Amino acid sequence: MNKVDASVPAGQTDKATPVLAVKALRKHFPLQSGLLSRSQQVVHAVNDVSFHVDHGETLGLVGESGCGKSTVGRTILKLINPTAGSIQIDGTEIADLSRREMRPYRRRMQIIFQDPYSSLNPRMTAGDMVGEPLTVHGIASGQEKEDRIAALFQKVGLRSDQIRRFPHEFSGGQRQRIGIARALALDPKLIIADEPVSALDVSIQAQVINLLMDLQEEFGLSYLFIAHDLSVVEHISHRVAVMYLGHIVELAERRALFRTPQHPYTEALLSAVPVADPKRKRADRIILKGDVPSPVSLPSGCPFHTRCPVAVAACKSEVPALREVRPNHWAACHLR
Amino acid sequence: METETIERHDTEPVAGPEVVLEVKDLKTQFFTRQGIVPAVDGVSFKLHRGEVLGIVGESGCGKSVTSLSILRLIPPRSGSVVGGTVHYGGRDLLKISDAEMRHIRGNDISMIFQEPMTALNPVMTVGEQIIEPLMLHQDMSRQEARNRAIEMLKLVHIPVPEKRVDSYPHELSGGMRQRAMIAMAVSCNPKVLIADEPTTALDVTIQAQILELMQELREVLGTAVIMITHDLGVIAEMAQRVVVMYAGRKVEEASVEELFETPRHPYTRGLLRAIPKLDLDAPDDHRARLETIPGTVPALYDLPPGCAFAPRCQEATEICHGRQPELETKHNHHIAACWNAPPVDVA
Repeated sequence: MNKVDASVPAGQTDKATPVLAVKALRKHFPLQSGLLSRSQQVVHAVNDVSFHVDHGETLGLVGESGCGKSTVGRTILKLINPTAGSIQIDGTEIADLSRREMRPYRRRMQIIFQDPYSSLNPRMTAGDMVGEPLTVHGIASGQEKEDRIAALFQKVGLRSDQIRRFPHEFSGGQRQRIGIARALALDPKLIIADEPVSALDVSIQAQVINLLMDLQEEFGLSYLFIAHDLSVVEHISHRVAVMYLGHIVELAERRALFRTPQHPYTEALLSAVPVADPKRKRADRIILKGDVPSPVSLPSGCPFHTRCPVAVAACKSEVPALREVRPNHWAACHLR
Repeated sequence: METETIERHDTEPVAGPEVVLEVKDLKTQFFTRQGIVPAVDGVSFKLHRGEVLGIVGESGCGKSVTSLSILRLIPPRSGSVVGGTVHYGGRDLLKISDAEMRHIRGNDISMIFQEPMTALNPVMTVGEQIIEPLMLHQDMSRQEARNRAIEMLKLVHIPVPEKRVDSYPHELSGGMRQRAMIAMAVSCNPKVLIADEPTTALDVTIQAQILELMQELREVLGTAVIMITHDLGVIAEMAQRVVVMYAGRKVEEASVEELFETPRHPYTRGLLRAIPKLDLDAPDDHRARLETIPGTVPALYDLPPGCAFAPRCQEATEICHGRQPELETKHNHHIAACWNAPPVDVA
């Protein structure tokens, strides 16, 4: 497939500069309150989140529902505007750019959604959807566009005779392939994959994970891979960040995070995953008590202290900073 | 409440525990625009007292339809059970009257659904939803039933049950709602509990809580459980015996250990290989490709003539494309419906 000419201002391809760098990102959503109500309540969806994604790297972002992982993804794409913080794409700050100024950067980052049923337009053919970004960004038209669509279909494992078909004629796995082809159309550097395999059956999930890994290799893509399934994240990621109540509580190279988790929440999360091996029943499973607190009124101190099995007094009063507790292994816990 | 401890690993209930429920050659069809669809096609299994039987398979394999058929909950306009028997308490549930069936549902056999928010009545308090079946099935007075409801909420570890009994479903978190639904399902002390993807909508830490609760209740109440799920991890942790379904048919049945260790059906083997494992002992820079099952599940209205799995099967031979394999009967403890299934190790 031809590479799209990167006629983007400030198009550095310096390998040392990360594809994406997020610093102290914050997103607070005001809650709809009464007309005359003065005290505005706020959902603290993302709180001072910082990380980067290198060229050709997959950063896994895991956490349970409501932890803010999807909001991070959408804020980076500026589908929603950040409340505070910095977002750099190839070293260029985009947090404050207007919609028009954002356009050239949109080509460099694309998103794949969870639900292949609702993320496709039921009235457009698969080919039209994959080709649409090429038209919108004025990259290709006519025969050239048709050729590129055919090439993209082939890349994601769809047949060329499926180009004229409508979404309802595809299975879930095939629809996810259409979504991937559309994301690839602009030859992006970074793909934000938001639970891309969660809605798929096991046998299909494996096909899509393999496809994503092959495409990464071929095009040098970087992924921000957002998911709740730890085994999928472990499989696909180079590094992994764990989120809880809008905070990153741990960030490390994949192996280190799964073998020697440093945060008690990560430990509990890993221990909670049912293992598909009847011989490995774990008697020492850590079962967390209670539910995740509301992001409207965050607990004082460490966000995890209300459920933490090892919390001490300091955890209730001071927010622990994300510190490098081992080389390249970051954790936000007073006890490490 | 009688207490009974059952060893989790007595997998070979030869002459041991009694059979509480026996499904034989169950056939359920749906009427669709594409024609009549065999959603469940000749499924048989036995459920023993105090056992957890796992039914695993991917979407559309008929696992949920099987459970709905047992309870006679298939909407009459969209489909119906067309064959087979469901023996419970000396009767065939498919033959008894609607009134008798109503007495069985919720009392002898109850069900937990995947999405507690859609299964609970949003305009009734949690307590009221537990009290109603107790008054109906167990002839309790309102006060007795209310006390029992509080007791049940306590049993499923809902904090402050005397207060929560008056809460509406929307006032509870997802995990709490699932606990409330479980309380409701076990309140009449059923002999059989059917759990259809009971933790699929929940986060892992909450899933762990609910699975632990279900184990605990099974031990305390001695209820036999049919656990329907797509998650092989949940199966490995919860079930003693497992039925694997594909395209409406049972393709394999074995004890959980045998199924994971020596799967005999190529589909089961494929499924087990396709799940990414949290493998901490893998080599360092290991981001290996996952093994996949090529293709997709066939549409039920357009099944191939032979084995439904043959078009995706790497090991398929000529006979597989021509004739449907029967479930063998000689190895009672580990059966597979495959022409080429390896023999069972007789150890």
